Amino acid sequence: MISFRVNEQAVEYTDSPDTPLLWVLREHLKLTGAKFGCGIGQCGACTVHVDGKARKSCTMPVSKLEGRSVTTIEGLAAGGFQLHPVQQAWLEEDVPQCGYCQAGQIMATVDFLQKHPEPSDEDINKKITNLCRCGTYVRIRKAIHRAARSMAEGKVK
Amino acid sequence: MNRFSAAPEEPGVDYARRRFLITGSTLSGGLLLGFPVFAIGNPETSQGSRIGFFIEILPSGEVIIGNNQPEIGQGLRTTLPMLVAEELDVEWDKVSIRSMPLGIVKTADGFAWKYGGQGVGGSTGLTGNWNFMREVGATGRLMLMQAAAKAWNVPVEQCSTVPGEVICKSAGRRGAYGELVKLAATLPMPDAAPPLKPMDEYRIVGKPQRNKEVRDIITGQARFGMDTNMPDMRYAVIERSPVLNGTVESFDETAARAIAGVLDVFAIEGPEPGAPYIVLAHGVAVVATSTWAAIKGRRALKVRWKESPNSNDSSEKFWSGNRQMMTQQGQVVFDQGDFPAALDAADRVVRHTYEVPFVSHAPLEPQNCYAFVEKNRVHIIAPTQMPSGASRAAAAVTGIDRENIHVEMARSGGGFGRRLTNDYVAEACMVSQKTGWPVKLVWTREDDMKNDFYRPGGTHELAAGLDDKGRPVAWSQRLASGSKHYRRPGVKDEDLWQAELYPDDFPKAMLDHYRLEYFHNTIGIPRGSWRAPAHTANAFVVQSFLDEIAHETGQDPLALRLEMLGRIEQQEYSGHGGPVMTPGRLTRLLKFVAKRIEYDKPRPKGRGVGIAAHFTFGGYAAHAIEVTVSPEGGLTIDRIVAAIDCGYAVNPNAVEAQLQGATIDGLSTALGLEITVRDGRIEQNNFNDYPLMKIKRVPALFEAHVMNYDDKPTGVGEMGLPPAAPALTNAIFNATGVRIRRLPIARQLREKMDV
Repeated sequence: MISFRVNEQAVEYTDSPDTPLLWVLREHLKLTGAKFGCGIGQCGACTVHVDGKARKSCTMPVSKLEGRSVTTIEGLAAGGFQLHPVQQAWLEEDVPQCGYCQAGQIMATVDFLQKHPEPSDEDINKKITNLCRCGTYVRIRKAIHRAARSMAEGKVK
Repeated sequence: MNRFSAAPEEPGVDYARRRFLITGSTLSGGLLLGFPVFAIGNPETSQGSRIGFFIEILPSGEVIIGNNQPEIGQGLRTTLPMLVAEELDVEWDKVSIRSMPLGIVKTADGFAWKYGGQGVGGSTGLTGNWNFMREVGATGRLMLMQAAAKAWNVPVEQCSTVPGEVICKSAGRRGAYGELVKLAATLPMPDAAPPLKPMDEYRIVGKPQRNKEVRDIITGQARFGMDTNMPDMRYAVIERSPVLNGTVESFDETAARAIAGVLDVFAIEGPEPGAPYIVLAHGVAVVATSTWAAIKGRRALKVRWKESPNSNDSSEKFWSGNRQMMTQQGQVVFDQGDFPAALDAADRVVRHTYEVPFVSHAPLEPQNCYAFVEKNRVHIIAPTQMPSGASRAAAAVTGIDRENIHVEMARSGGGFGRRLTNDYVAEACMVSQKTGWPVKLVWTREDDMKNDFYRPGGTHELAAGLDDKGRPVAWSQRLASGSKHYRRPGVKDEDLWQAELYPDDFPKAMLDHYRLEYFHNTIGIPRGSWRAPAHTANAFVVQSFLDEIAHETGQDPLALRLEMLGRIEQQEYSGHGGPVMTPGRLTRLLKFVAKRIEYDKPRPKGRGVGIAAHFTFGGYAAHAIEVTVSPEGGLTIDRIVAAIDCGYAVNPNAVEAQLQGATIDGLSTALGLEITVRDGRIEQNNFNDYPLMKIKRVPALFEAHVMNYDDKPTGVGEMGLPPAAPALTNAIFNATGVRIRRLPIARQLREKMDV
C-alpha cells in the first residue's frame, strides 16, 4: 500500500505500484484535469505538483509517492473557488483554445514563478517547455507576465 | 445547406448516403427554405422553460443556449451562442452553454438533421450557421414578445425588448423573459423567421468575447473525450500492425492475460489493402479494468505480423519516384491559353522544384472513444469533427440502425482535420460489441503518430515565363503527390488531383497562359485533410516561387505581388470559399503587414524580412516575418506580423486566437515536422521525434491583426496557416541568400550555411 496526499486529502493506493501517477489521478481518483498527451514526459499536459514542484505525472510511478503531497489543477484554486493568480491571468488573457494542455501549462507556470518571480522573456523561453498544439504561446507568454505582476502586487499589499 | 459540399469528407463513408442525408433535410421542409422551423422546434419540443431545441430561460433570468457544433478549440461553443444571444436580446454574462448531441431523425426520405447540419471542417462552422443561429435567437425573441402580447392583451407590434425583458410602452408593462418563457413555450412556432437585427445595433456580436468555457478549462473541470467516465466502463487499447496494411498472422495472449486487470484479448479486423478505411489497421485489442493495465497487457502481447504489399514502401522511394514521374508528361488537369508557346516566347524562364512533406495532425488529445453497444442501440461519446460520420461508422460496424445510435460530442483536444474521420469510433464499437461492455478506447501518442490520415507529401515544379520587365506572363505548376483521395470510395483515378490542386487559386486569373499538371504517386501511407489541406503546400510553393522570380529579375518581392494582384479586380472562384476572390483584399493585407514590420528598412547581413499572402476557403491572410540567422545557421524568429480579413469578425477575440494559432501551426510544421516511412513503417513515434514548436521559438513581438472588410463572415480556422511558412522561408532568404525549397527546414540552414 502506498500512502500519500492529493489536494490535501489522504490517499491509499493498493493497486500495481508501477502505475504512473497520472493514471492513478485520472482513473482511481477521478481527477481528470491532468491530461494524457504523450506518456513519455515530453508534452507536459500531465504536469502536477509533487511537494510543491512541477512534475510530469505520466512518467512518475505511484510507488515513488509514499508520504508525499500532490497538488493537481483541481486543488490549485484556494478553497476550490478562489482562482490562483496564474489561473486568473489565464482567464484574463483568455489563453485556451482546445484547452487540453492548459492545466499542465498552468501547473508548470506556478512552479516557474516561484523560482522566477520577475521573469524575463528569456527565462520563459528557457524554462517553459510544455507543448501547445493549438499555438496559444503568444497568450501564454502574456499570461505569465500578467500573473507575475499580480503576484508581485499581492505581496506588496 | 451546402456547407458540407466542399468541406473535407471522411474516407470510408457512403457518399450517396451522405447526399441523401443532406437532401433529407431539404425535403423535410427545413434548412434550404431559409428558415429552420424543424431545427428550432415545434410545440412538442418547447416546454417548461425551453423554447425549441436551443433556448432555455430559467426563472432567474439565466439563459442556457444550445451549441450544436463540435468544439475543437476554434471557439464555436462561444461564437455560435453569441449569435443566438444577440438576436434573443439577453445579457451575455447571463448566458451559459449546453452542448447538444448529434441530432438526426428518420424521415420518409432518409435521415434529416434535427438541429441543423452538424460537423466542422473547411472552416465552415461559423459561416454555415451564421443565419441559422441568428434566426434561432430572433424566433425566440418573437415568441417571448408574442407571449407578452397575449398576457397583456396588446398587439405584438407594440412590444419590443431590452436585454432579458419584453416591454410595452403603450400598456406601461414590462416582463422578464424568465417569467414569460412558460407561456412562450406553449405558442405555435412562427412559420417564417422574423427580420434580423441591423448589425449596427449589435451589443455582443462583433465585440471581443472571452471563451465561455475558460474557467472550466483552467480549473480542470472541462470534460474532454479522454475524461469520459461511465458506469461499469472498461478500458481498451489496440496494438496495430506496424507495417502499413499488415495483418495479424498469429498472437500469443498468455502473458497479456496474466497481467492483473486484463479481461480480454482479441483480434481487430482491418480493411483490405486499397479498400476504403473503416478502421485504419488490423490489430489486437486488450481490454482491462484500467488504461494502465490495458497498456501493460498490450506490452506483454506477442503478435506475429504478416507483411503486406506495402512492406517495401519508403519515403526515399516516394520522393525519387516523384522525380522520375516528372520527367514525363503528366495529366494536364487545367490548361488556359497556350502555356508551351507562351513559355517559348518568353524573354526569360524561371523554374524551381519544391518538396512538401507528409505530416501528422498530432492533436494533443490522442484519439479515444467511449462506446457501449447493446443489442439494439449504441451510445458513443467521442471527440469528433463529424458526429454524423461517427454515427455512420457505428452503424457500419454494428449493423444497428442509425436511429438508435446516440452520439455525444466531447470537447476535443484539437482537431486539425484528424477527427473528420471516425476510425477510432469504429474500433471502440468493435471492442464494445465483442465484449458486451461499455468501453473507453484509448490511443497512446505512439498509436496516434503511427496511425493517422497524414497530409500528403508532394513534389512541385513551378515554371514561369517572364516578359522583358520580368513580369510573369505564363505559369505552370506540376505536382507529383499521393492524393488524399487515396482509398476514397467513388473517386476516379483521373479525379485524384482535385484534392491537391485548386485551379482557381492565385495566380491563375492574372495570367493568360496557365497550366496545371498532376502525377499520382503510390505509397501506402493513409492520407487525409490536414488544416487548410492543399493550401498549405500550394501557398508555400507559389509564394516561394514569386520571391525567386523577384530576386532573379532584380524586382522587389512585395512590388511583384502587388503588380500581379493589381491586374484584375475580382475573379470567379469555383472551389470551396468562392464564388469570388478579390485580389485587392490580399493587397490591403500585404501592404499593411509590410508597413507594420518596416519592410523597406535596410537590415544588416543575417537579418531579413519575408512576406506572403494567400486566399484560403473564402478568407484572406498575410504574414510579414523578420528573422536573424547566425553565421552557423542558427535561426531566430524576431518578429511576426499576421493579418486576417475574414469579412466580418463575429468574435474578434476568437479570430485573433485562431490567427495566432494557425500562424504558429504553420511555422511549427515548417520548422521541424515530417512523417517518413521505412520498410512500410511510419518512423516517427512521439513528440521526441516529431518536435512541435515550443514557446521559445515564438517571438514576444507577435502581432495578430483582425481586419474587417464587409458584413459577411468567412471562416477563420485555416486562413492564418498557409502564408506563414513561405513568409518565414522568404525572410530566411532575405537574411542569408539561402533558399529553402524543401520542408521542413530542420537542419538545412546549418548545413547550407556551413558551406
